[in-house]
Amino acid sequence: MSKQINVALIGNPNTGKTSVFNALTGLNQKVGNYPGITVEKKQGICKLPRGVKAHIIDLPGTYSLNASSLDENVVIELLLNKNDKDFPDIAVVVTDVENLKRNLLLFTQIKDLQIPTLLVINMADRMTRKGISLDIDYLESKLNTKIALVSTRKNTGIDTLKQLISNYKDISVKPCLDMSKIDPVYFEDLKKTFPSQLIYKLWLVITQDVNFGTISRKEFKTVEDFKTKQKGDLKRLQQKETIKRYQFINEVLKKGKTVDLSQAKDLRTKLDRVLTHKVWGYVIFAAILLLIFQAIYDWSGIPMDFIDESFSSLSEWVKNQLPKGAFTNLLAEGIIPGLGGIVIFIPQIAFLFLFMAILEESGYMSRVVFLMDRIMRRFGLSGKSVVPLISGTACAIPAIMATRNIESWKERLITILVTPFTTCAARLPVYLIIIALVIPENRIFGLSYQALTLMLLYLIGFGTAITSAYILNKVLKIKGKTFFVIEMPNYKLPLFKNVAITVIEKTKAFIFGAGKIILAISIVLWFLASYGPGEQFNNAENIIQTTYASKDLSSEDIQNKIASHKLEHSFIGIAGHAIEPVIRPLGYDWKIGIALISSFAAREVFVGTLATIYSVGSDEEETIKNRMAGEVNPILGGPLFTLASGISLLLFYAFAMQCMSTLAIVKKETNSWKWPLLQLVIMTVFAYLVALMAFQFLK
Amino acid sequence: MQDTLAHLKRGERAVITDVSSSHIPLKLLEMGCLPGISVELVQVAPFQDPMYLNINGSHLAIRKETASHILIEKVAYE
Repeated sequence: MSKQINVALIGNPNTGKTSVFNALTGLNQKVGNYPGITVEKKQGICKLPRGVKAHIIDLPGTYSLNASSLDENVVIELLLNKNDKDFPDIAVVVTDVENLKRNLLLFTQIKDLQIPTLLVINMADRMTRKGISLDIDYLESKLNTKIALVSTRKNTGIDTLKQLISNYKDISVKPCLDMSKIDPVYFEDLKKTFPSQLIYKLWLVITQDVNFGTISRKEFKTVEDFKTKQKGDLKRLQQKETIKRYQFINEVLKKGKTVDLSQAKDLRTKLDRVLTHKVWGYVIFAAILLLIFQAIYDWSGIPMDFIDESFSSLSEWVKNQLPKGAFTNLLAEGIIPGLGGIVIFIPQIAFLFLFMAILEESGYMSRVVFLMDRIMRRFGLSGKSVVPLISGTACAIPAIMATRNIESWKERLITILVTPFTTCAARLPVYLIIIALVIPENRIFGLSYQALTLMLLYLIGFGTAITSAYILNKVLKIKGKTFFVIEMPNYKLPLFKNVAITVIEKTKAFIFGAGKIILAISIVLWFLASYGPGEQFNNAENIIQTTYASKDLSSEDIQNKIASHKLEHSFIGIAGHAIEPVIRPLGYDWKIGIALISSFAAREVFVGTLATIYSVGSDEEETIKNRMAGEVNPILGGPLFTLASGISLLLFYAFAMQCMSTLAIVKKETNSWKWPLLQLVIMTVFAYLVALMAFQFLK
Repeated sequence: MQDTLAHLKRGERAVITDVSSSHIPLKLLEMGCLPGISVELVQVAPFQDPMYLNINGSHLAIRKETASHILIEKVAYE
């Protein structure tokens, strides 16, 4: 432990910081969360020369130490808190050779905190193509640091970087900017009041207007009182500071960096002419979306079927191999199908993250944000809301986490609130089975009614999200800065390693996050369905055998009758009966009621619950479907699943808030119970009313 | 009346003269949008909004509303 040093990787977005992190740590990394907030915390271990180990933190990308979002706040909180166990012995600032000027702003800020700071100039392989040459010695002397010229694409410079990190003690901590030059009187005064403190650190604490977390202000307590300036004046000083910093940087780069424009070839201009074009830009975006949907719903079908079958046979195998008893049943009917319900989403989620990673890495996502901003703003959203709304078709959880880079709190809140309306992967199994039941297999113009219905449900989901955003925009009275700045990075060919690591890490995080809940629910569900109070449940065998004694039934039928009698009188059956009066106007019976209750925790439990309820041994959909088709409406007679009740059920699932994990993440991201509860109540009431109207109108 | 960035047409160049309006976020300055810097309008979305700018090598997109607070002086074509 004594030989381990803490290294913080810091840099602007789009500088290839994560590539440097991946190059240093390989797969030797873990992704977690910062305590209390859901900002991703990536850390890894890197072996340095001479047996030294480096603990590397990949901090969220930021343009400056003046935080304007939750992600950026993490950086400043760490750098201001010397007592944090992750406080860096050395900061490594990653920059992109093409955007060196802008990237150096952050470098000068961190340097001024007097933390040993190393400079990585990344994407060195682009230098010849762009006609850039650097005078490294000159830059090193002017910036008082050591520089590693790195290309993660060509895999050069990483060893130099490791060498430099291990010699971190040699790096000067001389600041770049003399703060008193900005406003001599103010800063001299500040210095006199707090002689023991670093003046830039004080300045940062004074000017942070975003304070999301629990920045440790104890040692700066009295700074709060040091408010000899109005907010507007402070901002003017910040502007002046930025200008001063750029003056310094320009001075350094004038000699240190030369660009021979005749050498530069510009792919960006050509691509942007098409990709951000008023017409072609949208056409291409639509085509890419289609491709993504195709992949998610078509290509992932094969592995999903395979997973489904494997888990069914595993269940069957366990049942046959292990001695009969409660434990075997729990394993075969509770835990294994529960696990299968998680694992089955892996192909879809992985495909989605794959596309997201490619779009993000290539620089295309910023173009989408640019194209969509004006349209989305009409609905109170931001161009940056497009990413969450697309991700929402896989799962609302990562989608809501993707809202963090939206600057305006109102736009971000609205995005969070409406994202759960988009049709997530968990609704798909429910839709598929009900559509198969109630929509005829006919075709119109070669398109099947069933496929059209599915598509319509996606459109309804998206349309509702947009419409409710529009309403929320009118209703919510939130004032705040509504600015919007997005960097349009250069196009890059995505690095396979980066994409692969993103897909693996994100899929893993989803599976373990959502997985725990789904697994817990299936176990609880199994208990509630397997036990019940009173005679009716405990004596089910006798009751059924007496009732049907006169009829000539096969033993298998008897067993099924017993199972469903037990279910009806189990704890969950009783609960289903209890809510039946409420859901009868929607065309449902108590059995659907059970499925509704259990899917309030997670939608995808619906099919599994019905499988248990209709006492079908296997999980195969065809069999459940046949059973469901045979169900009789206890009051009206005729089949229970008609067009009316089916549509009503589809619409209920389209609108209702039935996902505990989403509510939990909304609570975390909005830091209040108000918004998730509002979501729960409004979405569910709306779902009920729509389903009610649909059934009453169609029946 | 003084020209603002919102008046810039595609392909035109200008020099930023003033960014001191309180409607301009600090972040924009930190990303390189400073007085004396030359800007070029690369592309606009439908309705001229947002605007995709090349600010002395730094490529950014901002909304027209923000752009209308940034004062500029147009540079004649060479």
